[in-house]
Amino acid sequence: MPKLIQRSIDLYNWFEQRLGLGGPVIEAAEHEVPASTSSWWYVFGSAATVILVLQVMTGVLLALVYAPTASHAWSSLQFLDHNVRLGWFLRAIHGWGSDFMVAIVLIHLVQVFLFGAYKFPRELTWIIGVFLLLLTLGMAFTGQVLRFDQDAYWGLGIGASIVSRVPWIGGPLVSLMLGGPIIAGPTLSRFFALHVFVIPGILLALVGLHVWMVLRLGINEWPMPGRLVNKKTYVRDYHHLTEKTGIPFVPDAAWKDAIFAAAIMLAVIACALWFGPFGPSGQPDPTIIETAPKPDFAFLWIYAVLAYLPPALETPVLFIAPVIAIGAMLLLPLFSGEGEKHWSRRPVAVLMVSVIAVTLGIFTHLGTYTPWSPIMNAWSSDAIPVDYLTNRTPLERQGAIVFQNKQCRNCHSIGGSGGLRGPALDTLASRMTEDQIIRQVLQGGGNMPAYGNALNPSETTALVRFLTTLRSSEMPAIDASRRMVVSEEQRPSSSSQ
Amino acid sequence: MSDPRPSTNHEAPFGEQHIPPGAPMTEPANPQSHKSEGHSRRVFLFKLSLFLNGIVGAVLAVPVLGYLLGPALKKTSSENSWISLGPLSGFPEGETRLVNYRNPVTTEWDGQTGDVPCWVRRVSGETFQVFAINCAHLGCPVRWFSQSHLFLCPCHGGAYYADGSRASGPPERGLFEYDHKIDSGNLMIHAGRMPTLANSAKAEPPPLVQIDAQIDVQIDAQIDSIGSNTTLAATPKPAPRCSSCPS
Repeated sequence: MPKLIQRSIDLYNWFEQRLGLGGPVIEAAEHEVPASTSSWWYVFGSAATVILVLQVMTGVLLALVYAPTASHAWSSLQFLDHNVRLGWFLRAIHGWGSDFMVAIVLIHLVQVFLFGAYKFPRELTWIIGVFLLLLTLGMAFTGQVLRFDQDAYWGLGIGASIVSRVPWIGGPLVSLMLGGPIIAGPTLSRFFALHVFVIPGILLALVGLHVWMVLRLGINEWPMPGRLVNKKTYVRDYHHLTEKTGIPFVPDAAWKDAIFAAAIMLAVIACALWFGPFGPSGQPDPTIIETAPKPDFAFLWIYAVLAYLPPALETPVLFIAPVIAIGAMLLLPLFSGEGEKHWSRRPVAVLMVSVIAVTLGIFTHLGTYTPWSPIMNAWSSDAIPVDYLTNRTPLERQGAIVFQNKQCRNCHSIGGSGGLRGPALDTLASRMTEDQIIRQVLQGGGNMPAYGNALNPSETTALVRFLTTLRSSEMPAIDASRRMVVSEEQRPSSSSQ
Repeated sequence: MSDPRPSTNHEAPFGEQHIPPGAPMTEPANPQSHKSEGHSRRVFLFKLSLFLNGIVGAVLAVPVLGYLLGPALKKTSSENSWISLGPLSGFPEGETRLVNYRNPVTTEWDGQTGDVPCWVRRVSGETFQVFAINCAHLGCPVRWFSQSHLFLCPCHGGAYYADGSRASGPPERGLFEYDHKIDSGNLMIHAGRMPTLANSAKAEPPPLVQIDAQIDVQIDAQIDSIGSNTTLAATPKPAPRCSSCPS
């Protein structure tokens, strides 16, 4: 036994003599960090790295089977899901790993922002981190494209349409993005190259730099209110702190990272087992137009923003807002490299994080149920509640049929089902008079198309009769001015002019 | 990179003046010569090697960029061509139908993605409109609803009238239209490139005002007919103000 140990040591030394890596690695692992940083708040960066490794590994495994051609990608995913042993599980891990990675990178960003970690001397670490976030999102988008299904196909269409709005060079940029005149074979090939070679290559290189700088500059100490960062004294103070309270990163601080990483991995595995892989949804056949394309979770908020922007503002916002947002993040440490680090003394920072988080959350939530989209089959699938038809005249019931047949239901709900694009009509007649309803139906307006060309007079009559019954138990809407006019007309004798 | 020894082997084909692009950093150290002696010569040669590699890089960059930008440099005219959508008899007058065609520019491995749908509207006789499937907002596939005479987009709710003009929602303009012609009884369209705002913002100004005079006239007529034929509220229905008031 001692002989075996000696053998192992000899073997290690043989390699170490030639590689010379063991020493520096052990030294880096055991370097002293301020004791305050051994915290559960400091585990997200390492967790993101661990998931990145998981993504690389599962990605390589998926690439063993995946066929990156437009004609076969979708069927190769079906093959992975159903014919390759545990293929579905690897797809699920890779998919859930991607969602977790985006989430953890975002949490990591918020944490280092609130802890003032981007201040001197770690400005560049933050700037590289911003690029890491963008690359992570790039991986998420290109990964969704590789799941070459309906969502991916039309997602590319959305991407191309956005790119086409770039002034002057929009057209060539679209061709560059698609690799040809339409979304087809070359498009998938180039997104495959991006997802598998280009972005991961840059991502891994920058992660290396990012970690290297954390080691070189030391982990950001736990901020204390009133302890200001000063470029002249910071490095000296940090060294004092490390000397005074330093503990070796491995094992004294790293155990928390390790436990959190394990928990995250278990969470990914659990989601993969429980929910399974994402899609693929319908095949990428553009002639199948019965589809409601939707991006993956990380991009739902953009999808929602694009629905709510006024048409005239859309193109400017699309290209100016990202430049401002990314520019601000990149320049942040250069303009705010000194001063207070603690969140309790940085109310604007806390406010910004809160507002942005709530905004993204709301838009993402809206993106999950897309209230702006017509429900394409509501007119033929959702029946009118019986209550709305009892004790109604034949004309009113005829109007209910018109209501269904003219797809009003796709945008307007009644009885709790139907589209959410327009207002619910359950109490319409309590808000609008008959005249107003007629006008609205025939001329549209307020984001409603005009139906004057789609309805003949008898249909309009019936429809409006039906709509005027929709007031639940509320009073019907009254046109006050007409009442005045009518009462004036009825008292011509009393007018003493 | 990890083993310092065999670097001399790589230099062999280049003789003593080492200009290999891969290994400009390794000096063939000669322990006998004085350190400073020949230093300026070696610095010069190193600079020369950098210059040489710069030229090689520039020469290489031209084809690389040309290859990379190839798709962007193609002219639209080279990709669009006339495609037959079938005989006119396939399009009943007054109807709007979905028609698929195979894109003129495809690769063998495009699979289904090479098939492109479009909406053909035969207004009357030989008057046609051929609309792209892609919503003018963000390219999602619009669907035709013949009952309500509307195209609806599933993504963000863009809506268009039967003639392709914008009805409501986020699109800035009407549906993209393909140029078309009738050739020996066949409907032909000029297509090949995905229509986007960058290449199809042709012709007509964006119809943001959607109510044209025709509709107004019709609406007026309808309102009149409703008023005269039925008991709808266009004519005042004198209702007693209160239970005791005289009507």
